[in-house]
Amino acid sequence: MDNNDIKIAFDAFIKQHAPDVLTAKRKEAFETFTTKGFPTKKIENWKYTSLKAVLKPNYATVNTVSDNTLEQVEALLAAKSETYKLVFVNGVFQEQLSDITEEINVFSNVLKASNTEINQYFDTISDSSEAMVNLNTAFASSGAFITLANNKILAKPIELLFFAKAETPVFLQARNLIRVGENTHANIIEKHINLGEAIVLTNAVTELFAAASSHVQYTKLQNDSLLSNLVDNTSVSQQKDSIVTVNTFSFGGKFTRNNLTFHQYGSHCDSVLNGLSILDGKQFVDNHTLVNHNVPDCESHELYNAIYDEKSTGVFNGKVIVKQAAQKTNAYQQNKNILLSDTSNVYAKPQLEIFADDVKCSHGCTIGQLDDKVLFYMKQRGIPKAKAKALLFYAFANENVKAVKIPALRNEITHIIASKLDVTFDLEV
Amino acid sequence: MLQIKNIHASVNNKEILKGINLAIKAGEVHAIMGPNGAGKSTLSSVVAGNENFEVSQGNIVLDGEELTELSADQRAHKGVFVSFQYPVEIPGVSTTNFIKTAVSEKRKALGLPELAAKDFLKMLREKAALLQMDQKFLSRSLNEGFSGGEKKRNEIFQMAMLEPKLAILDETDSGLDIDALKVVANGVNALKSKDNAVLVITHYQRLLDYIVPDFVHVLHDGKIIKSGGKELALELEEKGYDWLIK
Repeated sequence: MDNNDIKIAFDAFIKQHAPDVLTAKRKEAFETFTTKGFPTKKIENWKYTSLKAVLKPNYATVNTVSDNTLEQVEALLAAKSETYKLVFVNGVFQEQLSDITEEINVFSNVLKASNTEINQYFDTISDSSEAMVNLNTAFASSGAFITLANNKILAKPIELLFFAKAETPVFLQARNLIRVGENTHANIIEKHINLGEAIVLTNAVTELFAAASSHVQYTKLQNDSLLSNLVDNTSVSQQKDSIVTVNTFSFGGKFTRNNLTFHQYGSHCDSVLNGLSILDGKQFVDNHTLVNHNVPDCESHELYNAIYDEKSTGVFNGKVIVKQAAQKTNAYQQNKNILLSDTSNVYAKPQLEIFADDVKCSHGCTIGQLDDKVLFYMKQRGIPKAKAKALLFYAFANENVKAVKIPALRNEITHIIASKLDVTFDLEV
Repeated sequence: MLQIKNIHASVNNKEILKGINLAIKAGEVHAIMGPNGAGKSTLSSVVAGNENFEVSQGNIVLDGEELTELSADQRAHKGVFVSFQYPVEIPGVSTTNFIKTAVSEKRKALGLPELAAKDFLKMLREKAALLQMDQKFLSRSLNEGFSGGEKKRNEIFQMAMLEPKLAILDETDSGLDIDALKVVANGVNALKSKDNAVLVITHYQRLLDYIVPDFVHVLHDGKIIKSGGKELALELEEKGYDWLIK
């Protein structure tokens, strides 16, 4: 896929959708994208990450959904009902499979009539310096549009499910705009699931606005098939006293790039960035995180753990900026990597830019293997090496998993980890 | 029960043990004492099967079975237990889950059926009570944030759960206050029987007031230079090691 293919796709898209409330914005964003093109390794933020292979297939940007696929999705959903769901298949919203409410809505329902919220919030915190974000803005029409009122505790988590099933390669643009009202508590889960045999490239952008005193936990469970590629850009804006956690679990997918950015705009915010990658084969995951401490008395807690086996590769770039005004900031960052093979790679780069003088900032980065002393201790207790390793992996992963507040989701993640590492935990989480 | 015959062991090509001979019968308590660097902890590592130590000569035999070529976990299944001087912390694995795994692996190796959950829990509660261990420690990550005393108590608790033939207590008294020392020693004494044996490795006589040895051996420069009854420990406490080493 090249710039010309994208241009043809965009023209077709505009023809189909215009006019809608975003038409002007789309054209502008597309211009910007055209000027930049897809990111290459020449850009500092993409130094270790090449889209070349990802962009090679001849992707279709419009796709239809067959009845068979819908039945398959329906069957998959039947077992689980403990969430408010928004279900998309090949980018098309499936209302009959979803739990739409006044607050939990989708983009395709709000684009026709003039909408003050879109004017006020859309594309205001996403990273417009990223070409992939520009591209997404140009095509934005599929995804969650959620506005939660003040003073609510959501009874169930919201689950954003992006299914794909196609015969030929497909390129999807998912766009979410989520606002959580003052003093409101919400859990959100996002999954991308490729049910087909064709390659899928998803370019997702999420903007999350957390009002004062809100508590939000957003969990990205990335366990897609090895035919799937994902570029994700998630930006979070926090007002005072809010607590926002973004969990990023990367187990599946062939290629994954996560850009996660936090902006703190009110005092006494807490931003929690929690990431776990477990990779093997030729999998690739790149986590680029950025925390902007703009105001005083805020905290950020970042823990990214990863286990790499076989020929997998990981990138971690964790940037923390403490502005001059952001006195009394506490910013903690930790990145721990375990390499299980001689052929796995990790590129780790912690970056701190501190312009305030009365702050506590720490960062640590380790790359290693399993601790021999610990393995010996366990063997002395009669636990054979393979089992000992399983327990240690579990312990390592659990530093991240325990942060997940929803028990069913925690269980689901633990099961994925066990099968991924080919161990049995037979433990309670 | 245990025969250590002419063991020579080295680490990083440096010979630490230079021909150790030691025989322990079932029902006995032996103590190994000696100054820093004598090789006391090396001896426990070698018996436990730590692969960082190279055994160049000699044999270790437990109940007629040769241990020398076995891995640490296989030795544990045969009944060797070491209470470590510095027990490791394993964040994310609760004490209960850890010991459950250890017990079931041992039973599996011995061809015994899996313990029923309720029998396991009953045993867990009894042994925790024996060590006066707070139940809440059982659900906490193994040794994470435990004080020195709590870690040592946890070691003896694990020993109680695993019911070894041979228990080696490596500097178990270090880092313990007197109350914790008594609890730990009472635990060890309660577990003692005519069918098992205890090897206490210590710097000081203090622990031997509570775990009374039948034999005391002095280790110096990789060799046992003197053996005697429990009164030898008292003599060492009074005179130090110099009169033996000269």
